[in-house]
Amino acid sequence: MSNVITPESPLFHADFAKLAEVTKSLDAGVELEEKAFLGHLNLRGNASDEAFTSGVEKALGVALPTAPCTSAQSDAVTILWLSPDEWLIIVDGGKEHETEAALRANLTGHFAVSDVSGGQTIVRLAGSDSINVLKKSMGYDTHIDNFPVGKVIGTAFSKTSCHMLRTAETEFLMVVRRSFADYMWLWLQQASKEYGLKVIA
Amino acid sequence: MTQSNRLNTGGRINRDKPIRFTFNDKHYTGYEGDTVASALLANGVDVVGRSFKYSRPRGIVTADAQEPNAILQTGSNDASTVPNPKATQAALHPNMICRSTNGWPNVDTDMMGLVGKVGGAAMPPGFYYKTFMYPQSMWMSYEKLIRKGAGLGASPTQNDPDIYDKFNHHCDIMIVGAGPAGLSAAVTAARAGCRVIIADEQEEMGGSLLCSTQQINGEAPAKWVSDVLAELSANENVTLLPRSTVFGYFDHNYLSIAERRTDHLGETGNGAVRERLHKVRAKQVILATGAHERPLVYGNNDVPGCMLASAVSTYINRYAVVPGNSLALMTTNDNGYRAAIDWHKAGKRVALIADTRQTANGDLVKEALSLGINVKFGQAIINVKGSKRVKGVEVASISADGSSVTGSVYQVSCDTVASSGGWSPVLHLSSHTGAKPVWREDILGFVPGKTVQAQHVCGGVNGVYPLADVLGDGAAVALNAVCSMKKSIEGVEIPKADVAEVSESAAMALFHVPHTKPTSRAPKQFVDYQNDVTAAGIELANREGFESIEHVKRYTAMGFGTDQGKLGNINGIAITAKSLGKSIPDTGTTIFRPMYTPVTFGTFAGSDVKGLFDPARFTAMHQWHVENGAEFEDVGQWKRPWYFPKPGETMEQALQRECKATRNSVGLLDASTLGKIDIQGKDAREFLNRIYTNPWSQLAVGKCRYGVMCKEDGMVFDDGVTSCIDENRFIMTTTTGGAAGVLNWLELYHQTEWPELEVYFSSVTDHWSTMTISGPNSRKVLEKLTDSDVSNEAFPYMSWIEAEVAGVKARIFRISFTGELSFEINVQANYGMHVWKSVVAAGEEFDITPYGTETMHILRAEKGFIIVGQDTDGSVTPQDLNMDWVVGKKKTQSYLGKRSWTREDNVRDDRKQFVGLKPKDPKAVLPEGAQLVFDKDQPIPMTMVGHVTSSYYSACLGYSFALALVKGGLDRMGQSVFVPLADGTTLEAEICSSVFYDPKGERQNV
Amino acid sequence: MFEIYCPYCEEHREEEEFHPVGEAHIQRPVDPEALSDEEWAHYLFYRKNPRGLHHEMWVHATGCRKFFNMTRHTVTYQIMETYKMGEQPSVTEGAKDDAK
Repeated sequence: MSNVITPESPLFHADFAKLAEVTKSLDAGVELEEKAFLGHLNLRGNASDEAFTSGVEKALGVALPTAPCTSAQSDAVTILWLSPDEWLIIVDGGKEHETEAALRANLTGHFAVSDVSGGQTIVRLAGSDSINVLKKSMGYDTHIDNFPVGKVIGTAFSKTSCHMLRTAETEFLMVVRRSFADYMWLWLQQASKEYGLKVIA
Repeated sequence: MTQSNRLNTGGRINRDKPIRFTFNDKHYTGYEGDTVASALLANGVDVVGRSFKYSRPRGIVTADAQEPNAILQTGSNDASTVPNPKATQAALHPNMICRSTNGWPNVDTDMMGLVGKVGGAAMPPGFYYKTFMYPQSMWMSYEKLIRKGAGLGASPTQNDPDIYDKFNHHCDIMIVGAGPAGLSAAVTAARAGCRVIIADEQEEMGGSLLCSTQQINGEAPAKWVSDVLAELSANENVTLLPRSTVFGYFDHNYLSIAERRTDHLGETGNGAVRERLHKVRAKQVILATGAHERPLVYGNNDVPGCMLASAVSTYINRYAVVPGNSLALMTTNDNGYRAAIDWHKAGKRVALIADTRQTANGDLVKEALSLGINVKFGQAIINVKGSKRVKGVEVASISADGSSVTGSVYQVSCDTVASSGGWSPVLHLSSHTGAKPVWREDILGFVPGKTVQAQHVCGGVNGVYPLADVLGDGAAVALNAVCSMKKSIEGVEIPKADVAEVSESAAMALFHVPHTKPTSRAPKQFVDYQNDVTAAGIELANREGFESIEHVKRYTAMGFGTDQGKLGNINGIAITAKSLGKSIPDTGTTIFRPMYTPVTFGTFAGSDVKGLFDPARFTAMHQWHVENGAEFEDVGQWKRPWYFPKPGETMEQALQRECKATRNSVGLLDASTLGKIDIQGKDAREFLNRIYTNPWSQLAVGKCRYGVMCKEDGMVFDDGVTSCIDENRFIMTTTTGGAAGVLNWLELYHQTEWPELEVYFSSVTDHWSTMTISGPNSRKVLEKLTDSDVSNEAFPYMSWIEAEVAGVKARIFRISFTGELSFEINVQANYGMHVWKSVVAAGEEFDITPYGTETMHILRAEKGFIIVGQDTDGSVTPQDLNMDWVVGKKKTQSYLGKRSWTREDNVRDDRKQFVGLKPKDPKAVLPEGAQLVFDKDQPIPMTMVGHVTSSYYSACLGYSFALALVKGGLDRMGQSVFVPLADGTTLEAEICSSVFYDPKGERQNV
Repeated sequence: MFEIYCPYCEEHREEEEFHPVGEAHIQRPVDPEALSDEEWAHYLFYRKNPRGLHHEMWVHATGCRKFFNMTRHTVTYQIMETYKMGEQPSVTEGAKDDAK
């Protein structure tokens, strides 16, 4: 039995550390990074139930974003609106259990919290050509007027799907299902090829 | 070879960049900026192909997408070859290799030509139907002969070396066509602050302005084009797509565009993206696709050297190529005169302008007369002399309505015939959206009809032809489009474009030039060149009763070719109308459908090829499976280990080893792909009661239960184990393939039927890595990994515990799909590999054996456990499966599927029922899917009574066995069924219980 | 390719994000056991196939995963409206047909 417990993120096998070393001095139009091992909680509840929304705010210190396709953020937590009664809460890795406990302590009535930390990862896509990569990958209009910073969408991405948060004019966080992560990684390599791809570890 | 037809000055070709190429194995030189067609014409190449049916020699007719004859096969090898690009559209690239597609064995001496000559009379329209339909047995060989002779190009036989991809766009205004109308619209829209995309199929933008001699703002039109393009390029809201054909216009203003990015540079993309499919969602669409000139239909109008008048002008002005020495022009309109004027100004002889009108005095007519050109009014070219090149024409006076020849026939020598029958708006894209073309008598053409799309038309496609009006129309329509989006047009300056007015006389409606003989006996007057459809053929079709234009099309093959009727259809419609005594609008048009011009498969495939064709899903332990020699099986998109052969082992040997190891010691399965749904809420239990066939009210916390789901028709569609995590929380497992469908199913019923139930569902399939240890030693392995009490007493069958396994928090479920003592360990997937390796290490002393899906299938089949989708097919009830025990009898709610079980069809005695089969020959493995019969001696067609659903050889049982659905099978225990095989032999099997191994279920319960 | 307004995400999205589910407003009978085979069969199998306005259910599969309804013209493919589950259509065949 092994005493050292080494977790493996969904893109562990791609060895980003090595790729980052290889591509570090590259003048690339696209930048890719796996934000691995974060805590992911799926929250369900009634947004028009004041007890629910205030309970969430109390537990997380951030108001729940209830308008469609919006997000909320603090130093410790990012909340993505997924649907009128569903949110993704992202916290630092390892904090998911205490965050779940805090939610359960502050919520009553009908709600649900599921730990999905092992089931997904976050890919950060950035760079001057990141928008071109997105145009190759999805039908959603990436124009800043339509997809401003802070907006979150769930959309078809090539032949899989993802939730995507725009964090800057040319920076996007993509929430990717674990089992599709390798496909996403292959796809992004292909789509970035003509612009140059720099991997950040 | 010298470019004998090339002018020394002028044109938009780059004389400093000669380009060598080969056509039909001969070497030629053209210039950068040439198309293959302009380069061939510059080199004096007359014959570029052979016609489809008669195999007549054919030359270049057009300078655009209408071209019916100059169809190429490009590329040097079987990987890069492209069938059927039009020479008139294919940009010349260095060392280009191309040949004509039609012409066997070659274009100059053609064996089919001989058949064509004698066969002309024997090959009327409907030829293929009449001649080749019978005897049917011969059709295949006829077809081969025709295809070989006709040749519509050869597909590549090797993998395409190039890269293709796709781009999605959104814009305010999508403009199709960058001629004067499109450019004028684009500048106007861009100045109004719109997001604009403008696409054009040609090598450079500018459309007719690239070959026009009309000045704009007192300068050459090319100057206006470059100014406008400079302004557009500088605007970040504008996307310019040259070399991009908008080939489809779909619902909700969605357009597809094929961009050729490297074809002008070389045979392959050399690592760059060769073609890109742009998919555009536009708020407004402006079609500025212009108009195609119509040729006139006259005797032997297909002899090489017969061209469209506008094509002649284009070759002279844009490519500096005069495609002959002596021109005869026939025109029904003033605009056609431009060809003769350009020809004359290029220093070549114009033998004749035959103006079919009785008189005309527009500015261009006056100019031609003032240049001393021989203009004859009220006359027509009724026949062409020559075979591989025009040698002369026969000319005669015709009646004012164009229906008959009125004067004597005289001959004129020339080597080129240009004809202009007026213009047809390029309305194909608007037709894609279902808009019916509308005939306009004033312009003698169809224009786009009413559409539900946010579509605007301007310029030629709108029936607006004079350049000044076209430029104005583009700007006006753009402003209109901007207004439709409720955007302001205040202060938007429209592009300055002053053009001198050119006065024009009215055009004449003439679609079929008369001959001294009746059409049926006159020389062939071609309407559709590529398919050899003649005026006589259309009239014959009409006489034979084909009156609907769609029927005429299919009977004569008019418009079937690669040009899709662009060149000939309007003439064909008019001839049909006249022959049937109907008007043109009453006759109507055939429907234009996507693609506007052919699109390569590469463009459609994009990057979705090879490893990206379909996503492959992997579990957290995949790398271990690879390193340990697993063979993989696709289960949905998942890659699952199929079996783990040891070096030198066959699949059969591996399976037997894996099965025995699991039954005798311990096996290890990666079960991570099973769907897992976290169900929370106070009504979760009630929801399960409604969705599953069995009851859930009594399932205690810590317990697991197997359940079956049916659709409302009573048929099984998924199964799995659901466990009670907490009073209001359950974890449901589904089949691997059913995971997404089941979650969707739960949401569907919750959102639409029972929104009052307080329950939420979340997929946690990917969150958990699941590994099953199964076999008599599985507990011993587990005990080494956890401090928790996993004894049968503390942790009985069909329960679950939370425990630490190999230092990782885990949920362990004591459930079994093999019939052996089993533990299903679930850990957070980031730790899946760690725990898996720990299990392998702990199991080493027990020779723990990893196994894949195939061994899993055998082991479960030995136990008679079904696999939904293999043993069921959507027509099987729980009762059919002999699983009445899983059906709740006392549940108050009429849960999903229940009502249907009492439907008449579902209570038949002879329904197919799930049974076991034991082959008489213990080594014979029945083929899965094989049909079963009760009477092996019954003559064919035999009465089929069921089929084999699963079939294996069992190493543990020592004989082969199968599972099957057999009519009334449950009442036929001990009886024989037969499996007739394709080779004529028959296997016999005995119907038995579906449970072969440990029927009392003792082994899983220890 | 349709462009569909998701009434929950409150914006237009491409068709690839959605799946069609079938005819809208088919309600599961409260007591299936009380129905005759024929009545039950009508609920199970019988569906409209109109030439003109049709109310159909869709799901925003890659987006919010919500089911919603759509009024669509089956000839022109125009989408007249989308509306949330539980709501009634405002464009119906009885009303004036704007598409004509």
